[in-house]
Amino acid sequence: MSNKEKHWEKTKGLMLITLAIWFFFGYIIFMFGSDINSASFLGYPLAYYMCAQGSIIAFVVLIFWFANKQEKIDEEFGFAEKGDD
Amino acid sequence: MFKGNFIDNLPRIYGTYTGGFLVFIILMAIAEQAGMTAKTIGILFVAFTVCIYALIGYLSRTVQVDAYYVAGRQVPTVFNGMATAADWMSGASFVAMAGGIYFGGYTYMAFLVGWTGGYVLVSSLLAPYLRKFGCYTVPDFIGTRYGGNFARFCAVVVLTLASFTYVTAQINATGTIASRALNIPFELGVWVGLISILLCSMLGGMRAVTWTQVAQYIVLIIAYLIPVFWISNKSGFGFFPHFMLGEEVARLGELESQFGLVKNAAADVKAAGVPGGLKSIAVSHAGVPEGGMAAWKFISLALCMMVGTASLPHILMRYFTTPSVKAARKSVAWSLFFIALLYTSAPMLATLSKISLMDPNLPTGIIGKPIAEIMQIEWVNAWINVKQAYIADFNGDGMLQLNEWFMRGDVVVLATPEVAGLPYVISGLVAAGGMAAAMSTADGLILAIANALSHDIYYKIIDPKADVRKRLLVARALLIVIGAAGAYIASMRITSILGAVAWAFDFAMSGLFFPLILGVWWKRATRQGAIAGMIAGLASGTAYLIYVYPKFMGNAPWLGIDHLRFGIIGASVCLVVMVVVSLMTEEPDKATQKMVDEVRIPSGKTILGKQH
Repeated sequence: MSNKEKHWEKTKGLMLITLAIWFFFGYIIFMFGSDINSASFLGYPLAYYMCAQGSIIAFVVLIFWFANKQEKIDEEFGFAEKGDD
Repeated sequence: MFKGNFIDNLPRIYGTYTGGFLVFIILMAIAEQAGMTAKTIGILFVAFTVCIYALIGYLSRTVQVDAYYVAGRQVPTVFNGMATAADWMSGASFVAMAGGIYFGGYTYMAFLVGWTGGYVLVSSLLAPYLRKFGCYTVPDFIGTRYGGNFARFCAVVVLTLASFTYVTAQINATGTIASRALNIPFELGVWVGLISILLCSMLGGMRAVTWTQVAQYIVLIIAYLIPVFWISNKSGFGFFPHFMLGEEVARLGELESQFGLVKNAAADVKAAGVPGGLKSIAVSHAGVPEGGMAAWKFISLALCMMVGTASLPHILMRYFTTPSVKAARKSVAWSLFFIALLYTSAPMLATLSKISLMDPNLPTGIIGKPIAEIMQIEWVNAWINVKQAYIADFNGDGMLQLNEWFMRGDVVVLATPEVAGLPYVISGLVAAGGMAAAMSTADGLILAIANALSHDIYYKIIDPKADVRKRLLVARALLIVIGAAGAYIASMRITSILGAVAWAFDFAMSGLFFPLILGVWWKRATRQGAIAGMIAGLASGTAYLIYVYPKFMGNAPWLGIDHLRFGIIGASVCLVVMVVVSLMTEEPDKATQKMVDEVRIPSGKTILGKQH
């Protein structure tokens, strides 16, 4: 496998992991909204908290994490851009 | 004033600007104490901020093609995040979202999840690759990846339909705010709003829009957060509302069962003379409706908004302006961070507003009290007079029940500061924030449409030999034409029949989502496949919309997929058609496959040249 292909394999892997986490916070939780709402977090009902703040914060953290991971992958295979932003 | 180049000085420039704006707020507060009228304060707030945006727009004028289309690709990560946040958060997000949560509770909050989660798709599937491509517009990518003017043309059609659906609502919002703050008729307010919008974008295109959007973000976030924190502290609900309103949410649940959640019959509401668009609370604040259908409605709406986000050209094109692929990725994260500051505050504002009105133990509470007493309250009178609130004593007992208090959703943002007894200067600030939110989104949308028409239709298809001067002239002329068309439609007050903002997301996802991502992630995707996918997706989505929308054919939705969710049909058809047709046609040539390989790695030159 060429260097480019290996880089793309890893990139695809990261994309799939990222979307799996996204799917959990965007959908799985809310499929069970009425079941988890009796639990509480910071005093809020859990399902209410997740759509008011929890999932949104998870998305922000997820994208920062993804960007750092992808940068590492690019560096590993020598495809990172020269110079910084 | 500042040494060195403009980009290096950005933190200082916007720092100074933020400080200046805070000083302006304090000056207005002093003026209010000295006896300046509420009307003058409102006018000064809106006029002052709009003049600043216009000044930034003028200073950012340009005659360079790449500055006009992609801000010279030198917008730093964090600033592009702020600009995207302003581009994203519309007048509706600012003024109506808290109201939506106030009346819709948990069910409405599917929008919150949907309008944020889409950025995960943008960052992992699209933004970095489109940046590497080096396109000026979204159809530029479709046209080059798949080849041929017809594919480009189809992408322009989808873009125009989606963005135009959205833009009339924005011009409508600027008109409403301008007319209220400046005390002029709505029809005139729309045109004042349009002129303000064009002042920001005409001379400098994307460069001017970028720097005004950053300024608008700062105004709108200050205008949203100050009241939320102030109300929470003043009324003793907690120092940091986001983490401290658990008790209030629980108390709302108690009050709901005490007062009872009654859904008024439409005939009763009509008979009582309640003005159109006003609602009463009939849905639980934090309770989750039981059953699989309710859960499906929640996640299907979130899905449409997320996929739509990743297909809306005015958002995607913001990531063409970063200096590098790496910066484009990081910039998506910053965008969502800045958006989250407002989106996580909206449910808190809704909670504060609701508890202030509903809890009879609080001095601000009105539910459960005698109507004669409530009619004495100044803000109640003021909002009833402008038909934004209404009291209908259905059971005739002279006491205000929960289902007897009606108001418009916008009132939650516009009146809560007044209800909590904050000075009028805050209401002026909120008006300026709403104006900034509506203007910044309108600017981004109008520019997305005008750029697609001028770059993709005029330059790429009609006259590829046009020189730079002519291209930019056409681009500016189109900006005015599209803005005027939007304002004309808004001034006719027919926006209610044009449908919801959500439609823009559904149109975009029906026609653009799969052609965009498969262009990067599937080498086998062919021109014929993309063209067939775009046409079939848009056509089936639109047909389904006509089939279910109550004002058109009004048939029963299939599996709960109503007019807000028609993108699910469109995008699915688009995917199937695109894959089948691609597999039936010959695979793309070597040059195209090599181009896709190049897009997938960040280093090296962009696919399209710096000037094209």
